[in-house]
Amino acid sequence: MGQQHDLGEPGGLPGTGEGPATTQRLGVAAESAAGETRVAVTPAVVRQLVELGYEVEVESGAGRRSSFSDDAYEAAGAKICSREDCWQADVVLKVNAPSPAEVEALRAGTTLISLIGPAVNPELVASLAGRGVSVLAMDAVPRISRAQSMDVLSSMANIAGYRAVVEAAHTFGRFFAGQVTAAGKVPPAKVLVAGAGVAGLAAIGAAKSLGAIVRATDPRPEVAEQVRSMGGEFLAVAAEQQGGGDGYAKQTSADYDRRAAELYADQAAEVDIIITTALIPGRPAPRLLSAEHVASMRPGSVIVDMGAAQGGNVEGTKPGELVVTDNGVSIIGYTDLPARLPAQASQLYATNLLNLMKLLTPGRDGRLALDFDDVVQRSMTVARDGAVTWPPPPVQVSAAPQAAAPAPAAAPVKKPASPGRTFAYVGLGAAALFGLTAFAPKEFVGNFTVFALAVVIGYYVVGKVHHALHTPLMSVTNAISGIIVVGALLQIGQGSSLVVTVLAAAAILLATVNIIGGFAVTRRMLGMFSKG
Amino acid sequence: MTAITAVQAAYIVAALLFVLSLAGLSKHETARAGVVYGIAGMTVALGATITLAVRDITAAAAALLVLAMLVGGGIGLWRARVVQMTGMPELIAVLHSLVGLAAVLVGWNGYLEVEHAAPAGLTGSLLHIHHAEVFVGVFIGAVTFTGSIVAYLKLSARIASRPLMLPGRHVLNLGALVAFVALTVWFVITPQLGLLIAVTVIALALGWHLVASIGGGDMPVVVSMLNSYSGWAAAASGFLLDNDLLIVTGALVGSSGAYLSYIMCQAMNRSFVSVIAGGFGTEQVAASDADLGEHRETSAADVAALLRDATSVIITPGYGMAVAQAQGPVAELTRRLRARGVQVRFGIHPVAGRLPGHMNVLLAEADVPYDIVLEMDEINDDFAGTSVVLVIGANDTVNPAAADPGSPIAGMPVLHVWEAEHVIVFKRSMAAGYAGVQNPLFFRDNTRMLFGDAKARVEDIVGALGPVVGAQREAADAGRVPVGAGR
Repeated sequence: MGQQHDLGEPGGLPGTGEGPATTQRLGVAAESAAGETRVAVTPAVVRQLVELGYEVEVESGAGRRSSFSDDAYEAAGAKICSREDCWQADVVLKVNAPSPAEVEALRAGTTLISLIGPAVNPELVASLAGRGVSVLAMDAVPRISRAQSMDVLSSMANIAGYRAVVEAAHTFGRFFAGQVTAAGKVPPAKVLVAGAGVAGLAAIGAAKSLGAIVRATDPRPEVAEQVRSMGGEFLAVAAEQQGGGDGYAKQTSADYDRRAAELYADQAAEVDIIITTALIPGRPAPRLLSAEHVASMRPGSVIVDMGAAQGGNVEGTKPGELVVTDNGVSIIGYTDLPARLPAQASQLYATNLLNLMKLLTPGRDGRLALDFDDVVQRSMTVARDGAVTWPPPPVQVSAAPQAAAPAPAAAPVKKPASPGRTFAYVGLGAAALFGLTAFAPKEFVGNFTVFALAVVIGYYVVGKVHHALHTPLMSVTNAISGIIVVGALLQIGQGSSLVVTVLAAAAILLATVNIIGGFAVTRRMLGMFSKG
Repeated sequence: MTAITAVQAAYIVAALLFVLSLAGLSKHETARAGVVYGIAGMTVALGATITLAVRDITAAAAALLVLAMLVGGGIGLWRARVVQMTGMPELIAVLHSLVGLAAVLVGWNGYLEVEHAAPAGLTGSLLHIHHAEVFVGVFIGAVTFTGSIVAYLKLSARIASRPLMLPGRHVLNLGALVAFVALTVWFVITPQLGLLIAVTVIALALGWHLVASIGGGDMPVVVSMLNSYSGWAAAASGFLLDNDLLIVTGALVGSSGAYLSYIMCQAMNRSFVSVIAGGFGTEQVAASDADLGEHRETSAADVAALLRDATSVIITPGYGMAVAQAQGPVAELTRRLRARGVQVRFGIHPVAGRLPGHMNVLLAEADVPYDIVLEMDEINDDFAGTSVVLVIGANDTVNPAAADPGSPIAGMPVLHVWEAEHVIVFKRSMAAGYAGVQNPLFFRDNTRMLFGDAKARVEDIVGALGPVVGAQREAADAGRVPVGAGR
């Protein structure tokens, strides 16, 4: 998004000193959670926020663990401030949900933008609303195309999927790619990715590019194509299951779960690495692998459970830890996968945040304006003016048209005519043709035979015409239809009527223009077509 | 072998050559041979006919014949030489009108020769059939004539391309057809000059009204349909004159033109009848008032920077490219980018432009190799992996609203340009496209608008990209890219 072009408006007083009272202060708070390395805003994004008219203040040391120094922020136009000042800003930008102490630090009327998890943290939302803070949850972006540029879950999942493979490779004691060396043959690693969302697809791509054989499974059959596009093999579960209308997977049926368990049992015995990415918004992570599955895996195998923070997809996962089972299978339950690529994760998060701020600052005047008629802003806002506004009204966004309610204008899909009807039409046509010709004189029948056959030939001859040649074809048929000159040629000078001769001469002239012009222009056109 | 059998034999040879000609034109490799076959067929047919004709006419008539052919041929060659490739639709429409007029004249002559003079040789039902044939020939010819004239006027912007909306237009069309049938029956029973004049006038009016009530956006279909009509007119004349060559050729042209029109209607997901009956873009007014958000503008320099870093680029041209005559600069841009190692391809919508294949002809004129010019179906899946899409003067053909069942263009297959990483739309202003439907593409996050004359803007980008130098030039000369070869 770096090429976002500023339209060149003066932009008020960009971030210097005390701006006019209308300019709002953005506070970028340092993360307090243990192990968090990310920062909400990078220096590059500071520059663009300043262009939006805001005054940006960054808490001292906020970017240190993402390798962004205070100096870099200052150079980009931000002010370095203390922790207290930062939390007193008009808008506080953050990555993680605030701790109880941080909630206390917020003053009424502030807007907080961060990850919130409103579905699993209702008390947090309530306490924020109680303090009169407006809250926009970065993890509540609706899954519609317009909002993709703000979808933190996607951008973080992408990083996490990649990192999951890196962690697995680190723990796994062997190569991913198969090799034949002088010292013997090395088989390629087999990786199973459960769940082909953004994280799953990123994991498939990363594992594939390391050289592994990658398989993936997902309850939504429509993602098979995406799996294959990343180089994975899609394992379908033979049960009926529908994808969700909101872009996420839904909870699965009992029948599906049973068949999926069979598939996991088969695969667990065969593959070396399993990466599970199954998450259902607002619910505990579904259990995909039981202890028996894990026990059936070969010693040295690795499982990365990306659902660890929500309870884990795998029996025996410990959030944030690497567990080695009795039979030597490592279960990785790290919950900070994106934070393990801090600079990159911060950069993507900050860009998502910037896109949101652009949406929230329609006037580019440093004034945040929340528009509840906009579905994106409405969905993300979980608290406003002391009231909890979660959950938002549902947004229907599935890419597949939802069996378009019986609108009269519904795209007219042409049904192939039933064979019976086709036969009826052909029979009717044949009968009509028979009736027409059977009673006609012999000469006419001869003409008509020729006509009917020529119609059919004309149809088949152009049946496969290349699209690019439509124009030349048309101008040639145009030239050929000048054959009507033959009629005029046979009429000219016939009989005694001067009128006939004059009319025929005119027809000859017109048709000849057509013939010569048509052929000449076709030749000219075709002369221009050349192959690269 | 008599003269008559010789001519018949020549006609059969000519008819087969015409079939070969059309078959040849369906592939690039054989297209040129196809034209040669066509010319050969025409030469054989005309040679035989002229030999037959001049045997029993006066020298003056023969001289008139030769003069008419020379003048006609001269005019044809001259027009074909000077026509601009962007003016191709107009030229083809004019040529169609000539065939239509010639068919009318031949029909009239048929009447004057047979019905008006002593009906020699024809008796009973054959004479009746001849009456009907005169009528049908004149009718189709006249419809083709005025229809093509209106198409020409619309294409050359001499009249507004908006569909003409007379009240009860379908009734008017239907009435004209009914009147035609009634008059035909009357004429078959009692042939009179007055009836022939009446049918000519009705047909001329019908042709005018038919095409006037079809909007400019449907012109590709109209032109191809008129092409088909001109074929049927020739076939009708063939029946009239009992000439198999005319029948065969007319039927070939007629059915191939009809099939071509049908293919194009399918590309727009519209029924043939609804296009012919006209009036597209009249029912909807409401769809455009929804607030789609804001569009974002960009500059030529920024686009050049974007293209410099791109790995693959797809250009989707539309009628706007033809209007701005931007094909030359677009081709130059293509050469520069390919010399830099950027993969450049063209995605052509089946109904882009005002003539089937219009864009292909323009790009060919500008020396864009045809193997990087792809059809919609060939390229639609590739947009997702593309860095930059340049939409040059296209609007409805890239409108994502086609997926929305409530939209007036619902169900029309479109180029999925929005799946690319960046979309640059070249446009004069924010006005709606031909179908009068606002385009949500312009308001997408990955879309930038580049306003102004397409030709000037593309030239700006080419300028900002800078010349092809050093290693790039070598790569180009090594044959990877046909850039500047021999210049």
